[in-house]
Amino acid sequence: MKKSLAFLEISRMIITILIALLIGYIFLLFSTKNVSEALKWFLYGPLSNQRRFVEFLNNSVPIMLTGLALSLVFQAQVFNIGAEGCLFFGGFGAMLVALKFPQIQLVHLIVTLFAAAVFGAAWAFVPAFLKVRWKASELVSSLMMNYIAYLLVLFLVNNYFRDKAAGALVSYRFPQTAWLATLTRYRLNSGFFIAVSAAILIGFLLYFTKYGYQIRVVGANKKFGFYSGINVGLTVFWVQLLAGALAGLAGGVELAAMYRRFVWQSLPGYGFDGIIVAILARNNPFLVIPSALFIAYLRVGANIMSRMTGLAPEVVVVIQSVMILLITAEALLDRFKKKLIEREAMRNE
Amino acid sequence: MKAVETINVTKVYPNGVVANRNVNFSVEVGEIHAVVGENGAGKTTLMKILFGMEKPTSGEIRIFGKPVQLNSPHDAIALGVGMVHQHFMLVPSFTVAENIMLGIEPRKGLFSLDFKRMEQTITEYAKKMNFELPIWEKVMDLPVGVKQRVEIMKALIRGAKILILDEPSSVLTPQEVNELFAVLRNLSKQGITIIFITHKLNEVKQIADRITIMREGRVVGTFKNEELTESQIVELMIGRKFEYDISKSEHVAGEPLLVVRNLNYFREDRAHVLKNVSFVLRAGEILAIAGLEGNGQKELVEILTGLRERASGEVLVDGKNVLGLRPWELRRLGISHIPEDRIEVGSALSMSVAENMVSDRYDRPPFSGRIVYRKKNVIEFAQKLIAEYSVKVRSPTTLMRMLSGGNMQKVVVARELTNAPRIVIANQPTHGIDVASSEFIRKKLLQMRDSGKGVLLISTDLQEVLQISDRILVLYKGEIVAHLRNENLNETELGFYMLGTKRQSDEELKELLNV
Repeated sequence: MKKSLAFLEISRMIITILIALLIGYIFLLFSTKNVSEALKWFLYGPLSNQRRFVEFLNNSVPIMLTGLALSLVFQAQVFNIGAEGCLFFGGFGAMLVALKFPQIQLVHLIVTLFAAAVFGAAWAFVPAFLKVRWKASELVSSLMMNYIAYLLVLFLVNNYFRDKAAGALVSYRFPQTAWLATLTRYRLNSGFFIAVSAAILIGFLLYFTKYGYQIRVVGANKKFGFYSGINVGLTVFWVQLLAGALAGLAGGVELAAMYRRFVWQSLPGYGFDGIIVAILARNNPFLVIPSALFIAYLRVGANIMSRMTGLAPEVVVVIQSVMILLITAEALLDRFKKKLIEREAMRNE
Repeated sequence: MKAVETINVTKVYPNGVVANRNVNFSVEVGEIHAVVGENGAGKTTLMKILFGMEKPTSGEIRIFGKPVQLNSPHDAIALGVGMVHQHFMLVPSFTVAENIMLGIEPRKGLFSLDFKRMEQTITEYAKKMNFELPIWEKVMDLPVGVKQRVEIMKALIRGAKILILDEPSSVLTPQEVNELFAVLRNLSKQGITIIFITHKLNEVKQIADRITIMREGRVVGTFKNEELTESQIVELMIGRKFEYDISKSEHVAGEPLLVVRNLNYFREDRAHVLKNVSFVLRAGEILAIAGLEGNGQKELVEILTGLRERASGEVLVDGKNVLGLRPWELRRLGISHIPEDRIEVGSALSMSVAENMVSDRYDRPPFSGRIVYRKKNVIEFAQKLIAEYSVKVRSPTTLMRMLSGGNMQKVVVARELTNAPRIVIANQPTHGIDVASSEFIRKKLLQMRDSGKGVLLISTDLQEVLQISDRILVLYKGEIVAHLRNENLNETELGFYMLGTKRQSDEELKELLNV
């Protein structure tokens, strides 16, 4: 029974992807003459050479971390979608430490990334605290915190840390001791390994520790958790802080490895992409890894397609959205699932 | 001629529960047909299928001899099937007339209703059916019995020739039940077919022409009323000879475990729900708190188990006031709690049976080390409990939601009785579950008592209270109005206290604190 259900789930995934590609294909038909060429670059682009492959991996790093953050809060049935703000504020924290902390090898980098996590957690503290203390909806407060983070950080960076020598609105360059290494000559973000280990660690936390059990019970039924003697409020609070730290770390890693400055003048959107990643992964931290890779693959494929054929990358956003719509549509193939369950139920009579 | 007929109807719910298995069921035109069975026997599902609320997985439905497809209650209503639900579907702030005509109201012009024609239609119909209804009164001001008649009228005026009633008597007083039966007999004389679900067998004997008995989703048989006695019906319902083989040994109560003194509680709406409640629970006894639902039992239990805050008074365990402690602190003191609502409070449906069994001790060895959660040990432990409590489940990793009510309750009871409790607070522990599971749980509670624990049993089921308790308190409007030893008591006498018509003197009650 379990096996056939898993099989169904996988075939459902495959069917949704195929349907989404079909719809994407139709869109391509309207927007270009050379459809097969475009499609080829879209599907195969990220694998076509090493540089592009690295680009694909790099793209997965921030969304893997934010996806992780969101899968964690969603597991506890907490709808804190403030990962974007935490990431932004975490990036700011990283910049602050990178620019102000003494330049000691290794220590500087560690403190920088740690600061990113702490700033992220601090940002998540606000909705978490409001929730525990006054039962304020975390959905609303975390969303609002995103805008506050955005404008506050922008104000601080542009007024106090702006590098006037640079041609764009960016902060001063991080000193080298605060750089997160990029590997190979195609600049692979070593944060990729941080993200993957974080996913495994959080997966372990959730499924193999007593804290994880606690989080899952709270997510399954808060009343039951409280009745059983679990401090539900505290659990919900800490889960949000941990998620904030992960999202903050995402910001720190991205800046310290890829830009070495604070470069964002608008919200980069990783926090929202994280929602997609988490939903796709069914809030399972282990599945966040392939899920983030999948989304990154689509993104990079789209970029390559648009670079190679001059096609608007927006087409890809359409394909992506269709895919996500279909994947989250529980009812798809529901009939088969029902049939399967019915058959099994009758057989067990 | 047959009003309703189902041929090999099977219903499997999306969660895999088989509610009906090859059900063949038929009702003659104009008869009063009772459908009886335990909870989970599939009665309600069958009725929902006939009313178009659920689609059968396979099988055929015929209404007045014609095979039909019912996709929604609309289809059923169009074919002359009406249903009165257990929980009424009325708009409280609307008048009786407005409720009855809702959706089919006669109009005058584009925007206004034709109240005159409304009244006319209803009175005409009511006269024909020999019905009395206060048509211009608001539904919220009416007693339950009248509300039910409004529901019946609502179905009839929409052309119902077949009327399905889901446990119609469960909310009524005995007098209202008699009125209802008079109405039903009258309708049946007018050629209306009546199908009703019930638990109360004396009522079945009183009014039904024929009886269909269901068990585990199957129809056991359909019988003429005269063919069966009440005890025969019970046997067919549970599938074996039924005897109360619960025997209570003599037992002397020990030292006090839980002392409640002058407990007062005001609810959020300022209602004074508990008034100076005092009692003592001793080791080795079952103290029952009887009373009709809504007399403060729910609040009392929630206060004692830390789920509800802001009560005043004293609750002493080991001489220390524990009022206001949180559930985790109380559990550490050895207070366990079988909650009234096993689904909302007592379990996590989306987690496995095994994980549900350790929710109060997951953080301790052998289930967890300092950090790591030891799934293997949890499953092993669950296997042991499943065997000991004879929970019917395929594996400890099966999701809780796949279990029937009785088995779910056994999981909850298993958890609550195995964490070395000293005090067990059992709130309606056998509410709405099958006879066998009820018996099993009662025996377990008696075992707890015999091994020296204190059991506080809150129950509205008098049979249960009389069967296993040592002492009985009666709660009426938040006050304890009687304190009785369970010796030579009967339901009628308890009933007087529960209805508030009788109460003990203050002197008699004072004895409470010193027993």
